Amino acid sequence: MTRNVRVQYFGILREQRGCGEESRETGAASPLDLYRELAGEHGFSLDPENLRVAVNDEFRDWDSILAEGDKVVFIPPVAGG
Amino acid sequence: MNRFTLSEKPLFAETLLAEAATPRAGAYVTFEGWVRDHNEGREVLSLEYEAYEALAVKEGNAILCEALDRFEVLSAQCAHRLGRLEVGNVAVIVAVTAEHRDAAFDACRYIIDEVKARVPIWKKEYYTDGESEWVNCPRCAAHAHRHHNHAHDHAHPRTAR
Repeated sequence: MTRNVRVQYFGILREQRGCGEESRETGAASPLDLYRELAGEHGFSLDPENLRVAVNDEFRDWDSILAEGDKVVFIPPVAGG
Repeated sequence: MNRFTLSEKPLFAETLLAEAATPRAGAYVTFEGWVRDHNEGREVLSLEYEAYEALAVKEGNAILCEALDRFEVLSAQCAHRLGRLEVGNVAVIVAVTAEHRDAAFDACRYIIDEVKARVPIWKKEYYTDGESEWVNCPRCAAHAHRHHNHAHDHAHPRTAR
């Protein structure tokens, strides 16, 4: 089963991906599966253990279930302040 | 008045003070974070902040609410800059009012520490040697190998399980 998701990128991930946003049809069931899929394609340098993930503007567990139309954001280590 | 804001324009503590002022307050504590001309041994020329705005505002407001729950304060505000900043510019302001100073100092400290650790804002530093770099844990970014155990001298909040 596949689903369509929207992925937004910020900071170092945006630069490594070469764009700020993409829509994607994926077989990934969870954010962790999706990150592994994308990291394999684009060679992201960060391990998931150093990231957090948000779905539809809320922090989520890596093993939560993705739904059709979800907006997914992988969050590199933050550096505000 | 409790509000977390992001701004592309210069920040001034006076703006926050105007919204926070109340006759009940006996203490007003502010913290300003400034752009420093050096970091990790490199000379910094300027920097750029980028935010995941929807979640940053949500998380920033959650932190302000936590500060109100934990400390006897009357108001808590935080404003953070986005975009390009030069050395000496104000990057972030925290402003807290309380009846007494202890709570105001404690809440101010709590807010800036939590904002730095939790709010999805990223910083790219531009150096005098022409290079630039996203600031995060350099050792995390550098090592691409899984299961490579390296010692952190600082905590990453709520990383992936």
